[in-house]
Amino acid sequence: MTGTPVLQVDGLAVRYPSRGLRKPPITVIEDVSFEVGQAETVALVGESGSGKTTIGRAVLGLTPVSGGRVLLDGRDITHLTGRARRALSTDIQAIFQNPYGSLNPALPVGRTLAEPLLADSTRARSEVRDHIADLLRRVGLPEDAADRYPAQFSGGQRQRIAIARAVARQPRLIICDEPTSALDVTTQAAALDLLSELQQSLGCAYLFITHDLAVVKEFAARTLVLQHGRIVEEGSSTDVCDRPKHEYTQRLVASAPVPDPVLQRSRRQRRLELEATS
Amino acid sequence: MTATDPLVSVRPRKRANPLAGIWRRPLTAVALAVVLTVTVAVILAPLLAPHPPLAQDLLHARSGPSGSHPLGTDDLGRDVLSRLLYGGRPALLGTAVAVGVYIVLGMTLGILAGYLRGWTDRVIVAVMDVMLSVPIVILMLAVLAIFSQSNVAAMLTLGVLSSAGLARIIRSACIGLREELFVDAAKVSGLGPVRIMARHIFPGLVGQLLVQVCLFSGIALMVQTGLGFLGLATPPPAPSWGGMVGEASQVIQQSPGLLVVTGGLIGLMSLSFGLLGDGLRDLDQDRRRGISAGARKPGRVPIAKETAETPDTAPDTGVLAVRDYSIAFATAQGPRTVVDSVGFTVHPGEIFGLVGESGSGKTVTGLSLLGLLAPGGTVTGGSAWLAGTRITGLPERELQRIRGKEIALVSQEPMVALDPYFTIGSQLGEVVRRTGGVTGGKDAVRQRVRELLTSVHLRDPDDVARRYPHELSGGMVQRVVIAMALAGSPKVLIADEPTTALDVTVQAGILDLLRSLRDERGMAIVLITHDLGVVADVCDRAIVMEKGRIVEEGPVEDIFYRPRHPYTKKLIASTPSIATTEGRIA
Amino acid sequence: MSSIILRRLALSVPLLVVVSAITSLLESFVPGDPARTLLGINATPEQYEALRAALHLDKPFVEQYWLYLTGILHGDFGNSLFSGESVLAVIGQRLPVTLTLVIGATLLSTLVGVLLGVYSATRGRFSRRLIDVVSLLGSALPNFWLALMLMSLFAVRFQLFPATGYTPFAQSPGQWAAGLVLPVVSLSIGGVALISKVTRDAMLSTLARDHIRTLRASGVRPASIIWKHALRGCGMPVATAVGLSAIAFIPGSILVENVFTLPGLGTTVVDATNQHDLPVVQGAAITFTVLVIAVNLLVDVVYSLLNPKVRAA
Repeated sequence: MTGTPVLQVDGLAVRYPSRGLRKPPITVIEDVSFEVGQAETVALVGESGSGKTTIGRAVLGLTPVSGGRVLLDGRDITHLTGRARRALSTDIQAIFQNPYGSLNPALPVGRTLAEPLLADSTRARSEVRDHIADLLRRVGLPEDAADRYPAQFSGGQRQRIAIARAVARQPRLIICDEPTSALDVTTQAAALDLLSELQQSLGCAYLFITHDLAVVKEFAARTLVLQHGRIVEEGSSTDVCDRPKHEYTQRLVASAPVPDPVLQRSRRQRRLELEATS
Repeated sequence: MTATDPLVSVRPRKRANPLAGIWRRPLTAVALAVVLTVTVAVILAPLLAPHPPLAQDLLHARSGPSGSHPLGTDDLGRDVLSRLLYGGRPALLGTAVAVGVYIVLGMTLGILAGYLRGWTDRVIVAVMDVMLSVPIVILMLAVLAIFSQSNVAAMLTLGVLSSAGLARIIRSACIGLREELFVDAAKVSGLGPVRIMARHIFPGLVGQLLVQVCLFSGIALMVQTGLGFLGLATPPPAPSWGGMVGEASQVIQQSPGLLVVTGGLIGLMSLSFGLLGDGLRDLDQDRRRGISAGARKPGRVPIAKETAETPDTAPDTGVLAVRDYSIAFATAQGPRTVVDSVGFTVHPGEIFGLVGESGSGKTVTGLSLLGLLAPGGTVTGGSAWLAGTRITGLPERELQRIRGKEIALVSQEPMVALDPYFTIGSQLGEVVRRTGGVTGGKDAVRQRVRELLTSVHLRDPDDVARRYPHELSGGMVQRVVIAMALAGSPKVLIADEPTTALDVTVQAGILDLLRSLRDERGMAIVLITHDLGVVADVCDRAIVMEKGRIVEEGPVEDIFYRPRHPYTKKLIASTPSIATTEGRIA
Repeated sequence: MSSIILRRLALSVPLLVVVSAITSLLESFVPGDPARTLLGINATPEQYEALRAALHLDKPFVEQYWLYLTGILHGDFGNSLFSGESVLAVIGQRLPVTLTLVIGATLLSTLVGVLLGVYSATRGRFSRRLIDVVSLLGSALPNFWLALMLMSLFAVRFQLFPATGYTPFAQSPGQWAAGLVLPVVSLSIGGVALISKVTRDAMLSTLARDHIRTLRASGVRPASIIWKHALRGCGMPVATAVGLSAIAFIPGSILVENVFTLPGLGTTVVDATNQHDLPVVQGAAITFTVLVIAVNLLVDVVYSLLNPKVRAA
C-alpha cells in the first residue's frame, strides 16, 4: 500500500429509526473503521444480517450515515449529496449482487453502458460508441451485445455487463457487493478472473463484500470479518483464513466446507471439537 | 437514424410506444379498432346519421330493421341508428371529461407523492385514503341534485374522486421503481434525478397509465350510461345511450330487441375498453420481463413409447434405481430435453450426491422422482424404481400414497417451504396423521410431533410446535422441514440444495443432522447440490451432471482425486477453497 | 388488531366530515338564491321561508354546516323538502331493502366466485379460459342492462319471477324471496366476475408455491391441500375482492333498485335527486359512507384474522 488510501472509513455508524416511538433506533453498523489502499482488494466478510451490504451502500451514498466519516482520497464524502455526489461517479463505482435486477430490462445494453458516460457530457457521441464497443470487448462480450436486451443474456453475461458499466469511467474504487454469489462456480471463476485482470490493467481498488470465505482467500489481500455490525477481526486474508483469532472467525472458517473429502473429514472433526469446547 | 450516432442507433425502436406489438394480439387490436370506430362515428354523427335523432315517424313505430332504418325504429318511430350515433355524444363526452381529470389529477398526485416522499407523501396519501372511501356515485347524485342534468359536472366529480385510485398506483410504481437495483446503479453511474426519472421511471409508468386509463374509461362509460338510464344526465327527448336503454325497458314486452341493440352497444364499448386494458397490461408485463410480445404458447411433450410400455422388471440392487431416464419440458419451440438418458443406483444408508450447475437437470431429476415436476415437464423415457416398485408413470393417486411414506423431500428455501398460515405443530400433525401411521387421538399425534422435532435436534419442541414459520430462523425451519419429511419414515429422502439459502455456520449443523439421520435410520439421502464442498463433506457417492447428462460417477474420493471428465476437472478447479494457498490475490 | 380498527375508525371521522361538508357546500353553488331555485317559481312565501330555515340559509355557510353536523349527532338529518318526512325515518324505512340486496349479493357472489375460481384453477386450460370470458363479460357489461336482460328473459319471457315490485318478508316470505332473486343475481354478476378471477389467480400462484410442494411431497391429500392450505393462502386477495365487490354493490344497488322498482334507498335517492330534495340526498350520502366504512372495517378485521404475522403482533 503506497500513498494515501483510496478509501478511509472512520467510526462509521448506520442506525435506522425503529417503528415504535419509544423504542431505540436499530443499529445496523457501529464503529466500523478500515482503509482500502490504491489498487488493493479488501474483503468484507459476514453472514446474513452482519451489515456488510449496508457498509457498501453507505460508502456509495445510497444509505444515510448516522455517525463517523467516509473519506475518498482524504476528502470527506460522508454527507455529499446532489451534484457533488454525482461527480464522484468518476471515482467510485459499484457491481451489485443480482445481475437480474441491476440492469433495467427495458433498456438495451448499449444504453445502460452509456449511462456512466452520459454523466460526462464532454464526450462526442462517436467516441461513446467506440468506448462501449471497447468495454464489451474487454469483458468478453460480442460487440453487437449493445443492441440486445438484458433478458437475452445469461446471469454470467449480465454480470459482465454490470462489470463493464462499473469500469467505464476507469474509477479508482469499485464496491463489489456479492458480485459472484448468484453465479455458478465456473462462471464465478471466470468473473473473478475478469475482475483481477481489470484491476491489473486499470489499477482500481476493490471493496469486495461477500459471505464466502473461500472466495476471499483466493481473491482479496486483506479481510475484515463482520459480525452484528462490528468488525471482529482484521488481517491479511491468509492469516484470517489459516489462523483465525476471534472465536466467531474460527467458527466461520471451520464451517466452510472444502472440496476435498479427506481434508474435509479432518476439518469437520476439528469443528466438532471446537463446538464441544465452546 | 444514422450509424454514426451511437446513442440513437442503440435506442430501442419500440420502447417508448406502449402500443407496439398490439397487432400480434388480435383481440386487443379488434378492441382498439372498435373503440376508435365507434368514437369517430359518434363524432361524425351529423354526417353519418340517416335521420335527425328526434324525427318521429309514428307510422313506422317499433319497426324492425329496414332499408331506411338499418336498426329499426323506437316507440315513437325514431330511427334507432341515428339516435345511437347522437346518443353516443353525451356518453363519450362524459367519459372523456372524467378520464381527462382522472389522468391529470391522478398523475400529478401520484408522482408528487411517489417522488417527493416525506410530508408531501403523507398528506397526499391521507387525502387519497379519504377519497378512496367516498361513495362516488352518491356524491355524483348530490351534484346532480344541484346542477340538474349536468353531465359534465357529474363526470367531473367522478374523475376527481376516482383519480385517487390512479394516484395510488402511480405512487407505488414510482416508489417500487425507485427501489429497483438498476436505479441505484444509475445513481452510482452519476445520473441526476431528472435523467433517472426520464430514463428509468417514466417509461415504466406509461404502460401502467395506459392500462388504468382504459379500465377507467370502461367504468366511466358505465357510470355515465347508468346516470343516463336513470334519466339524470341528459334531459329527454335528446338521445343518450343510457336513456335509450331506459326507453327500451319501457317497451320490453313489445320489442325486446331494442334492449339488446341499445345496451349491446354500451356493452361492446365497455368490453372493448376492458379488453384493451387487459391486452396493454400483458404487453407491458412482457416488455418489463424483456420478452418480445406475442410469444407462442408452449405445446405438449410427446411421451416416448418405451416409457409407457417398459416391462415392470426392477433392477436387483439399490433402494432407488434410475435407468435410461429422460425428462423434457414443453417450450414454444417444441419439447426441450433437460435430462437425457441418465441412470444411477442409490443404496440404503447412503448419501448420494446429484451434483451440477444451473441447467444441469439435477433438481428436475430429483423432483420427477416424487412426481412433482413443474407443469409442462414430463418423463419422456426410461424408468425409476423405488424399493423394487416402478414409480415412473404411476397415476397421481398412487404417487400420493408413496409420497411422504416411501420417498420425501427437503427443498431449498426453508423460509417459504412451510405454510405461513398454520403453526408448526398443526402442519406437522397433519402430515403425521396422514403418513405417520399414528392411529391414536390428539395426544398420540402431539407426542409423535414432539418426537419428530426432538429427532432433528430442536431444543424446545413444544415451543417450536406452537409457533408460526415466520417466528423461527432459517436453520430452525429447515430442521422442521426435515422433521416433516421424516414423519412417514421414508426409505429415500430427496434433499434439494437443503443448505444453499443458509449461512455457512448454520449449513454445517444441517449437514451434521443429515449425516446422523442416515447413520441412525439407515435412510438413503439423495443430496442435490452445486457445492463441491458440501459433496466432499457428506456424500458417499455422487454423479456429476452437465446439461442433462451424467459426465462422472463414483465414490466421492474417485471424483475428487481421480476425475476423468474435463468438466469435473473444471468444476473442481473453479471451486474456491479456504484450504488452498494459491489464488488471484492482487 | 385493535390498532387496525382504531386506525380505520380514525380515518372514518374525516371521511364523514368531508362527505357531509361536500354535500353541504354544494348548496352554496346553487346559482342565485338556493331556496328560490330549488322551489321553482310557484312556491308560496311560507314554503320559501320554511325552506330557508330548514337549510339554515339565513346563516353563514360555516354555521349552516355546524348546525347540520350537530343535528346529525343528535340523529336529526333534517326533513325532506318534498314530503316533509324526517330524513332519518325515510332512511330507516328504505335501508333494509338496500341492505338485503347488498348482503345477498355479497354472499352469493362470494360463494359462486370462490367455487368457480377454485374449479378453474384446479381443472384444465378450458375452464381457465371460461373464467376469463365470464369475468370479462361480467365486469364489462353494465349491470343495469344485464338486469334488464335477465328481467326480459326470466320475468317477461318465462315468467319465472316477478318483474318488478317488492313484497315485505312479513307479508309472504316466499314472494319476498322470489322477488329478490333477479335483483340479487343481477347485482352480484360483477362481484362473481371479480371474485372468481381473483380466486383463480391467487389459487394458481399459491399452488405453485414451495410450501404446497412440501405438503404434496409429504403425502398430504389433494383435497386438504386445495381447500385447507391453498384456499387459506388465497384468503387476503379474496377478502380484498369480496370487500371491493361489496363496496361496488352499494352504488350498484341504486341502478338495480330502479330497474326492479324496489323501495330501497337507491330509488329514494334518485327520486330525491330529480326533486332537488337535498336533505334526503345528503342523508343517503352519509348512510352510504357509513356502509362503505363498515365494509372496510370488516375487511380489515378479516385481514388481521387471516394473517398470523398481524395476529401475533
